[in-house]
Amino acid sequence: MELDPLLLSRIQFAFVVSFHAIFPVFTIGLAAYIAVLEALNYHRPDPVREKLSHFWIKIFALVFGMGVVSGIVMAFQFGTNWSNFSYAASNFMGPVLSYEVVTAFFLEATFLGILLFGRDRVPRGVHLLAACMVALGTFISSFWILSANSWFHTPAGVELVDGHFQVTSWLQAIFNPSLPYRFAHMALASFITGGFVVAAVSSWYLLRGRNRRSSRMALKMTVIMLAVATPLQLVVGDMHGLNTLEHQPIKVAAMEGHWETKKGAPLVLFGLPDGSAEENHFEIAIPYLGSLILTHSLDGEVQGLKSVPAEDRPPVAVVFWSFRIMVAIGVLFILLSWTSLVQMLRGKLFESRRLLKALSWAYPLPFVAVIAGWFVTEIGRQPWVVYGMMRVSEAVTPSLSGGMALATLVGYIAVYAVVFGAGVYYMRRVILDGLDPIGESRESDSARPKRPLSALNTGFDDDNAQPAGS
Amino acid sequence: MENIDLTMIWVVIIGIGIFMYVLMDGFDLGVGILFPFAPDDESRDLMMNSVAPVWDGNETWLILGGAGLLAAFPLIYSVFLSALYIGVFLLLAGLIFRGIAFEFRFKSGKSKHWWDKSFSIGSTVAAFAQGAVIGAYIQGFEVVDMKYVGGAFDWLTPFTVMTGLGVVTGYALLGATWTVLKTEGRTRDWAFRMSERLLLGVFGFFIIVSLWTPLTKPFVYNRWLGNADWLWIFPLLTAVVSLWVWRAIRLRHEAVPFMGSMILFAMFYLGILISMWPYAVPPDYTFWDAASDPGSQLFLLIGVLFLIPVILGYTAFNYWVFRGKVTPGAGYH
Ligand code: HDD
Ligand code: HEM
Ligand code: HEM
Repeated sequence: MELDPLLLSRIQFAFVVSFHAIFPVFTIGLAAYIAVLEALNYHRPDPVREKLSHFWIKIFALVFGMGVVSGIVMAFQFGTNWSNFSYAASNFMGPVLSYEVVTAFFLEATFLGILLFGRDRVPRGVHLLAACMVALGTFISSFWILSANSWFHTPAGVELVDGHFQVTSWLQAIFNPSLPYRFAHMALASFITGGFVVAAVSSWYLLRGRNRRSSRMALKMTVIMLAVATPLQLVVGDMHGLNTLEHQPIKVAAMEGHWETKKGAPLVLFGLPDGSAEENHFEIAIPYLGSLILTHSLDGEVQGLKSVPAEDRPPVAVVFWSFRIMVAIGVLFILLSWTSLVQMLRGKLFESRRLLKALSWAYPLPFVAVIAGWFVTEIGRQPWVVYGMMRVSEAVTPSLSGGMALATLVGYIAVYAVVFGAGVYYMRRVILDGLDPIGESRESDSARPKRPLSALNTGFDDDNAQPAGS
Repeated sequence: MENIDLTMIWVVIIGIGIFMYVLMDGFDLGVGILFPFAPDDESRDLMMNSVAPVWDGNETWLILGGAGLLAAFPLIYSVFLSALYIGVFLLLAGLIFRGIAFEFRFKSGKSKHWWDKSFSIGSTVAAFAQGAVIGAYIQGFEVVDMKYVGGAFDWLTPFTVMTGLGVVTGYALLGATWTVLKTEGRTRDWAFRMSERLLLGVFGFFIIVSLWTPLTKPFVYNRWLGNADWLWIFPLLTAVVSLWVWRAIRLRHEAVPFMGSMILFAMFYLGILISMWPYAVPPDYTFWDAASDPGSQLFLLIGVLFLIPVILGYTAFNYWVFRGKVTPGAGYH
């Protein structure tokens, strides 16, 4: 069997970018949370808050480290596997990615040093500034990268001259039609991800009666934030989808599992889309609801997949199912955060063990939703790399052989397995170790052993050794 | 506007960017290369702590190099990365293993020695791969119609292996002189001894490359001999600087060896540029052939001219915050 460099490159790109994307969504949310904690603490110093910030900075450092190393890989993927595309789109992609580096990456990377190591070396105000700069950097970074990505979906402000994209309007190209929705949706996704992880860890501590004061504080903060963010995500997601309907109707047809162009289209709840038979098996659908959601009228016309030739359609089943997974998780999140909010207002949040348990188990779900969302977006774009302008098959590096692509794919999988395995392992240890006991004074921080975990003064199970209330 | 040569400006900017990378990541990769030879565990802790707050910023110059090439010289970006496909993978794998070692090593207990290895092997592989990239650039690429058409391992030749080892030695020198600057006592004495030996090694590689390149590349030969009336300054200056660094190490000066090693690197770098000028993708394409659309070059230039000074400003601030010797017990977060 001939190894196909195109297919292998697609798998490789999907693998490395999915792996990378896990970390930023978490760090964007977490960086903002740390900045908020630091700001509150700056105004009214409070040992509980400070410990909380200290603890999450430790986790942040781990996740950020993994985000950085996997991001460096991304910076070269375009050239190694998609050199034709890089060359063709360089006039737009190059400046946008460079602006990301000079406006965001340097800011994050430099102030990260002060955030992690500088607490005792700089005035409190400068440390707070560092926390804010890191958080700001993560946002600027996602702005540029999402601008680049959105442009693949809704290219604007360019013309093709001899197979080369030339920018005619920077404003239109950067602020292309899907950017505002994608940026808003992604920013909310980051807050939701960060929020659910903080909530999960806090609930887990509360269930075990550890770090009580700080965990209660953290849980309250995140529940309020999540109760606002999760419904907002539904609204923004709906707007995002409507925007996609306008610019990429075939992607929406794949998301919805619509084969025929129809007025009064149903909403397909369940089905097994079959690309060769051009229909869904075992379909369960609610009549008219599809048109109602997509066109906001009962008999609005919805374009189907069959309106374009088969070679212009994306793989339907992955898009269809990924979309359902994401939306299901989104709805579940609304329920979960509102139940928590209601219990909190009734003053019962910290006693509802079942709810705390549910929260403590929820942390993988936002990551699943994020990856699923990206799969919808990106696989739904196929077979185009730049929608309607350049096909993926024209994008791949011409000198790339199947063997080379396979070798590096296997290499990345092996390397990332080690990185990810060790990262999760250490993160688990930091969490098991808990927050620094409040009893210790600030001075002890700078005199702490260099390897706080190898010199565990708090064992894994002797919570009682910590002063009550920590 | 017409008579401003944007491409020339970009050659300078990218040149400075890559040079910043070589200097800054050079010394922290060098610290990694030297890791296994450090006298004891405490020295390793100190060495790691001395670069921990700055390495991420240093590595960002590499990303700027990548993104900047895509923006200003897309032909270089697409040809180099296709031609060096396997080498780039090694470089990235090396950078991954050394990058995570910073975070993981401090959080590990018994498994610490694994992260020591990950740090040193990763640094060495990354340095070697970078040296091989330079060698491959001098060697040239098989390009037809703006596309690389050679094989996967064309870049791997005795010459590139030699440049790879040369860069490993050079980075180790930067790392050793940095360690001299940042540590005291036992660790510093050891770093002085290493610096001495590494300087000899670097000078050896300098001589080999200086002879090998002109002998295999007629145009480089003609460049140097044809302009011998003023280019003789170059080898002379290199020898003088090397002697100066050598003396400073002997006299146990703390700052001069590091400064001097950086100047040495600048000379090597200029030497390569002089040899290869004006080829961006040798043997056929110049920087002007490789350039992107002037509109794109200009759009980025405006921002970069404004932002690079700001970046240099807060980078300097970061180094200033962490100035002075690292002391044992200065805690990790
Ligand atoms: C915590 C994460 C998360 C959650 C809870 C949701 N999403 Fe989402 N979604 C994303 C994370 C995400 C994402 C990863 O951020 C994507 C991928 C690319 C993008 O723009 O956002 C995305 C893409 C995405 C798209 C594809 C847009 C395109 O065609 O490019 C649509 C239509 C929606 N979302 C709609 C929704 C709806 C109706 C939700 C119901 C609550 C929802 N999302 C919840
Ligand atoms: C959360 C992050 C992301 C995930 C999970 C993701 C997922 C994917 C997947 C699954 C594919 C393969 C599609 C297929 O072959 O069917 C793909 C392709 C691609 N994506 Fe993304 N993507 C992400 C973000 C991005 C971003 C931010 C960019 C650009 C800046 C981008 C650019 C591309 C490119 C260039 C390809 C290759 C060409 C193609 O197959 O269309 N992706 N991605
Ligand atoms: C899914 C969309 C993406 C988002 C939201 C995103 C955002 C971020 C953020 C916030 C960081 C900081 C590190 C961290 O928080 O872990 C980061 C790192 C990085 N990303 Fe991404 N990124 C995305 C995809 C990409 C792609 C497609 C590329 C390749 C062009 C890329 C290149 C990089 C690089 C080089 C770094 C390391 C920078 C450093 O040293 O700080 N990212 N990304």
